[in-house]
Parts: sequence; structure tokens; C-alpha cells
Amino acid sequence: MPQRKFSLLLALATTLAACSALAKDKASPAAGPAAVKQALLASFEAKGQAGLDRLDQDETQALCSRDPDHPLSSDEVQKIVSANTAAIRYPADGRYLGDWREGEKIAQTGTGKQFSDDPAKPAGGNCYACHQLAKGEIAYGTLGPSLYRYGKLRGQGEAMLKYTWGKIYDAEASMPCSIMPRFGHKGILTEQQIRDVMALLFDPQSPVNQ
Amino acid sequence: MKRKLTAARSLLWALAAVTVAGSAVAQSSSPEDEIAQYRAMFGDDNPAELWQTRGEALWKQPRGPKNVALAQVCDLGLGVGVAAGAYAQLPRYFSDTGQVQDLESRLVTCMVRGQGFTEPEAIQQHFGKGDAKSDLEALSAYLVAQSDGKPMHVPFDRPEERAAYELGKQVFFYRAGTHDFSCATCHSQTGKRIRLQILPNLTTAEGATAAYTTWPAYRISEGEFRTMEWRIQDCFRQQRLPQLKYLSPVAIALTEYLARNADGGVIKAPGLKR
Repeated sequence: MPQRKFSLLLALATTLAACSALAKDKASPAAGPAAVKQALLASFEAKGQAGLDRLDQDETQALCSRDPDHPLSSDEVQKIVSANTAAIRYPADGRYLGDWREGEKIAQTGTGKQFSDDPAKPAGGNCYACHQLAKGEIAYGTLGPSLYRYGKLRGQGEAMLKYTWGKIYDAEASMPCSIMPRFGHKGILTEQQIRDVMALLFDPQSPVNQ
Repeated sequence: MKRKLTAARSLLWALAAVTVAGSAVAQSSSPEDEIAQYRAMFGDDNPAELWQTRGEALWKQPRGPKNVALAQVCDLGLGVGVAAGAYAQLPRYFSDTGQVQDLESRLVTCMVRGQGFTEPEAIQQHFGKGDAKSDLEALSAYLVAQSDGKPMHVPFDRPEERAAYELGKQVFFYRAGTHDFSCATCHSQTGKRIRLQILPNLTTAEGATAAYTTWPAYRISEGEFRTMEWRIQDCFRQQRLPQLKYLSPVAIALTEYLARNADGGVIKAPGLKR
């Protein structure tokens, strides 16, 4: 008897669940990850250096594509931190700082990796698109924090150099779902280019620290 | 009263374009301020009028293998030949194609089924470049102007329209490519800028309305009239993704997402952009 009652309840629950799923579908039809990927593949074509493989997501990209109604669990946040912490490569020779003049050029350059760009030319960092850096450059964006006087305020201690290198190399390691590109991990900037951008931030002669 | 753009006015616009391009680098005032100044200088004039005039002819003149006018065969959602207010109620589901369509995809349907063009003929020059002008951009300019001042009522009763919205929303937040960018990277916060360019927050009614209702538009920096399909595919280029195909499911789904977020807003297009 109790067994039968349970089966009945189960059947009822299943029906209710099916109904509510249906009702939900009507309100907002689900577009699952597979359907989204299929639509993307049907909607794009390879051009220049941008192949269809650019539509593939790594785990970090997939997790960070959730809309604001579906926040990440703490386990998922930890996954992002672990994977991206492991991805950071520090300079083998221990040299963190290059030439701030080159760094300024990289910060000013917005091209690179677009299908309209020459793949033979080095990509820029486009830092000014989102950050204030040198005071003289007033055409800076505000998606990222101001980095004016970055080195002057923080000094050049080993820990600060290492932290900043990691931030440029793979920002997802220290700030999951940061909107900052992973310049090192995704091969946007070379190790030397990152050194030069580091110098723009830390060198006392850099216009950032004037 | 119908205004025709004179040669002198065209010259003034060309000068304005050069000045805007130059001064945006040299001065501290925002590009929005610069464009606002030129808007004030030229009153209600917009070079998009050149595209509108050509588009009106393309809409009303018999063309194609079947030698009929779009005005005689094309249903943009409000009935065959009805141009007034139709754009303010797009995208929408069309039962004759079984698809949600934006203005441009519906125009291509009309050119193919109504006028007898092949689809490759209809879309061969979908984005104009210099002397190679686009019929679809001209038609868009004319038809969008027929909804200028009208409030948007984007239909949302059909499951296909809801599915397009949901797909558009998922794509909006989809991060990929070398730079991990999605639409949301630049367009989900309010009051932010890239360089000096103010970014609309397209996830809010206010931001989506400000952006959607002022496109399609004449772009001063290019000297071209551009549509929403153009705007979206150029964002993806900057996101480092491959080429978004014209009239593709994702192009229409994103347009649906933006249009619904802007629903109720008043169309102020053709607009005038940087």
C-alpha cells in the first residue's frame, strides 16, 4: 500500500514537473549551450586570421558566459581560479621590466587578432581603451580602473611585480570573470611585450608615474 | 515638406566629417559633443536623406525579373505595401517563411519571392562601399524613415519570437575568441567608455532604447549609411570573432534581443553617428 501511494505521488510529481517545464518553455524557451553553439556555427564564417575555432569556449569562457540571473557557485569560481593560476608563466630569467616607451606604444595600439588585421604584425594591448595610464593621454576608457601612478603608489617589490605580471598574463586567476583579456595565456602579447607594458606601469621614468 | 540635399550641403557634410575626425583626436570634448554641434549646425538635415531618396525609388519602381514594385508585393508585417510604421514593429515572425525576420531579411524575401531576384543577386552588395552602393541600405533608410517618431511595438506572442530573444540573450553573454569578449563585455554596464566613446548598457531599457532607436544611421567616419546588421557584425569583428553572416540566425536573434529591450521607445532614425 505505501509503495503504491508513493508511485502515485511520483507519477503526480513527474506530471507536475513536466507541466511546469512546459510552462517555463512558453515563458522563455530554453537555448541550451548546444543549441547556442549550433546557431553560432551556422551564423559565422571564417575570415582572415579568425577561424571558426574562435567560437569554441574553454571552461573559463563557458562559465563566464552566464547571464546575471545564473551566478556561479563557489566551486565554479574555484575552478576558474585554479585553471587560470596554473596557466600563468612567469619570465624564466626573472626580468619583469622592459622598456616603458615600447610599453606606451603597445598600450596605444588597438589592432591585433581581428580578421581585418595583418597577422604578421604584433598585436597591441589597447590598454587605453579601458584604463587611464599616462596623464597626458586624455582619450582613455573607464571599463577598467585608473592605473595612473601605478608604480609610484605601489613600489617595485617582488610580490607586486609578480602580482601585476599575473594580472596582465591571466586576469581570471585573481578576479574570476574579469572582463580583461588574458594577454599572456591567450597569446595576445609576447613575454617581451608584457615586460614593456610592466615597465610602463612601474618605471619611475614612465609617464604613468609622473 | 520634402527636403533634397543640395551639392553645397553635401560638401559641407564632407567638411564636417573631416573636422570631426580631426578634432576628436585633438580636443578634450567628447565625440558626442562634437556630433551634437554638427547636428545643431545642420538642423534636421542628415546625409542619410540621399539613401532615403534612392530607397524610395527602389521601393516604388517596378524591378526584377517579375517587373513589380516592392510597394505592390512586399508585406513588412502590417500588410502588403504598408511602409508607414512597419519598421517599429520588427523583428517579427512571418508565417509565409516560418521565420523571425528583421527588416533586411524581410526585404530579401520580398526581392526574391516578389520580384524574382535570386538570393545572391539580392544580397550581393549588402553593405555599400564607396561607389558600390547597396540597394538594401537605401531601402532600409527609406523604410526606417517611415517609422521615424513612432513608438516601437515589437510583437512577442509567438514562441519563435521568444526563442529568438532567448538565443540573442545567450549570444549577448557568450564569451569566446582570443580576447574572451562578449557583447556584455562592453555593453552591460552604465556610464562607461571605450577611449572617449560612451558605451550604451544594452541590458537595460534605457540603454537599449538610446542605441536601438537611433540606428540605422549615417556614419560620419565612414561616409556611409549603415544598418543594424552592419553594426552587429562590426562589433563581432572587434570581438575578434569570425565574420558574422548577413541575415544569419545570430544576427536576427541579437536584433530581436535589442529590439525587445528597447520596446516602447520612439524611433529617431535614420540617426547620425560618429
